Amino acid sequence: MLSVKHLIDTNSLTRDDIQQILDTAQSFEAVNNRDIKKVPALRGRTIVNLFLEPSTRTRSSFELAEKRLSADALNMGGSTSSVVKGESLADTIQTIDAMNVDMFICRARLAGTPQKITEHTDAVVINAGDGKHQHPTQAMLDLYTIRKNFGHLDGLKVAIVGDLSHSRVVGSLVPALKTMGAEVVLVGPPTFHVDDPSWFGCYQTSHFDEVIGDVDVVYMLRVQLERMEGAPIPSRREYNRLWGLDERRSKLMKPEAIICHPGPMNRGMEINSEVADCARSRILDQVNAGVLTRMAAMYLLLGGDSDGISA
Amino acid sequence: MAFLLKGARVVDPQLNLDAVLDVRIDGETISEVAATVKPQEGDTVIDAKGKVLTPGLVDMHVHFRDPGFEYKETIETGSRAAVHGGFTDVATMPNTNPVTDNGPAVRFQIDRGNEVGLIHVRPMGALTKGSKGQELAEIGNMVDEGASAFSDDGHGVQSAGMMRTVMEYVSQFDRVVAAHCEIESISAGGVVNEGRASTRLGMFGWPALGEELEISRDIDLCRLTGCPLHICHISTGRGAELVRAAKKEGLPVTAEVCPHHLFLSEDDITDTYNTNLKMNPPLRTAEDALALQAAVADGTVDCIVTDHAPHAAHEKDCEWEISYFGCIGLETSLPLMVTNMVRTNKLSYTGLVRAMAVNPRRILRLEPVKIAAGYKADLTLFDPEKKVQITTEYFESKSKNSAFIGAELYGVATDVFVDGKRVLANEVVVPGGEK
Repeated sequence: MLSVKHLIDTNSLTRDDIQQILDTAQSFEAVNNRDIKKVPALRGRTIVNLFLEPSTRTRSSFELAEKRLSADALNMGGSTSSVVKGESLADTIQTIDAMNVDMFICRARLAGTPQKITEHTDAVVINAGDGKHQHPTQAMLDLYTIRKNFGHLDGLKVAIVGDLSHSRVVGSLVPALKTMGAEVVLVGPPTFHVDDPSWFGCYQTSHFDEVIGDVDVVYMLRVQLERMEGAPIPSRREYNRLWGLDERRSKLMKPEAIICHPGPMNRGMEINSEVADCARSRILDQVNAGVLTRMAAMYLLLGGDSDGISA
Repeated sequence: MAFLLKGARVVDPQLNLDAVLDVRIDGETISEVAATVKPQEGDTVIDAKGKVLTPGLVDMHVHFRDPGFEYKETIETGSRAAVHGGFTDVATMPNTNPVTDNGPAVRFQIDRGNEVGLIHVRPMGALTKGSKGQELAEIGNMVDEGASAFSDDGHGVQSAGMMRTVMEYVSQFDRVVAAHCEIESISAGGVVNEGRASTRLGMFGWPALGEELEISRDIDLCRLTGCPLHICHISTGRGAELVRAAKKEGLPVTAEVCPHHLFLSEDDITDTYNTNLKMNPPLRTAEDALALQAAVADGTVDCIVTDHAPHAAHEKDCEWEISYFGCIGLETSLPLMVTNMVRTNKLSYTGLVRAMAVNPRRILRLEPVKIAAGYKADLTLFDPEKKVQITTEYFESKSKNSAFIGAELYGVATDVFVDGKRVLANEVVVPGGEK
């Protein structure tokens, strides 16, 4: 059992919660590696995928996770949703809630939307990314990937690099890493710095080369080109020179250090192809871990036991 | 109709008065103030022992939404809220629809207020046509029709050149320019204070600098033009410091602060995203709140206003980033000040009356109201020991978006007299006054 009813942010997760999610995800590896990738764990449960903002990878990851747990899924959002037609969030949620569903998976442009949903339904809510606030299942898949690589999280050093201020990845990954005993440094242009790094308990710098040799994980963020206001960087070229991960810079990394990226990548901007596809890259492992950790989160939040998976 | 208030603690700093006295009201005016006043035949005698009697409270920054947004508030419901909160006068902001930027629109609000028969509605006119910050509004005509001050509240005048023109023009009229200070290229899209709150909640920050830079600019324009400047809803300690320096220099600068900026901070915005805490300017740091309390106590901040901003339930029951800015305040202002400033000995009753009655009248260029024979009987009587639990049912306002729902406060207005009419009688609102 997790200590939370919903998965809204990672700040409220205990070390034990995170451990349970990661361990449960690990137990699902066997399911995902079989020919018949399905267990009846959530048979008869109804899950609503409410995607109020475009999403491809997160959405398909959740949908696959639901299918592999045998849940019934209802997809809503995009241009078909009533929120687009001007219906309020409260009305939308109450309407769906009246159809008796068990869980909402919510992706939203506005921070706090998943929390607001909990006020209008008794169903469990998983935040699939809200504005630039949090994206907790992304943090879980990142932790899973890193733990799988090193065997532990305690004592690791992680540099998160790039568009910090627009990133919901930062919002949920940093607290989760800290809870698990890792150390985090934030790197990016001053115009992309978070307003108050002390809230995260992190050192924040603009100088990538000064920290890259010290860390076990180089986590490159996607520059959110669609969220740029006030032209905070002069050009792709300059960004790539100062904060991009290219071959030269990757040689400064510790020999055993790995590279992560939440995707989708802007190749040639924050990461160059020769690095994205190199042996250190764990980017596709992250995608794989996404299905596992989402299966785990849904399973545990709908009442599953962390050591009860035998199917 | 005559009233005799027996044994109230009468507080009026204009007369250096703080004493237990009897006060008789005859018709529209105060007829006698003395240690003991004998009732005359037909007088309604009110036992005011233990209560405080002050010149009528004035809130010089409210939004009554009338005309244009009557579903949020009207001059009638807003007036009821004002009286219930202990106020005799309010200055209404011009961001109505259409914008109150001309003489007839000012006159409409005054007339409508008189029809309602509760308080004095003292409209502010817009500085610029449509409050768009482009062209001067007909300020002279609005002065003639009774505008109490001028403001483009809701927005700062973004162009420094336009603000200079506005202040030069207004300088001829003996009215203040009430400035909402916000440089929009800096506040751009911000919905919470920049810093801890914006980081924690993952939302765009509205930095203190966006406010302070414009306060600085407007103080400099005040020095240049000589136009009296009133800084609206100061939210930062640095903002108060700028006003303190300007006053020391002798500039005609005044300032106001809202109870929510005094008694709440960004830390009160939790993961529940209570949108009633979404303000413009935003709730700042706890240190800012303390600095503002000190600025009220030392007189740097002249008056307490509420920025009473009614919004319908559906405009607040939504995602934080798209919910409207502002909270209602008229019915909690006095109890908040009594509870958090007077009862904690941070402010005397004299200081309270200056900030909530005397100074706003002076800034709005209204006739002074003193508790002495011959003065207009615009009076507030409140019980400082009476406790109230703030619930949505407590409000006369049409909207219920208070930041203080659930609070337990002391200090409740029991009676309000406007032009000698008892429009609040034992906490009950009586339009037109008790018969």
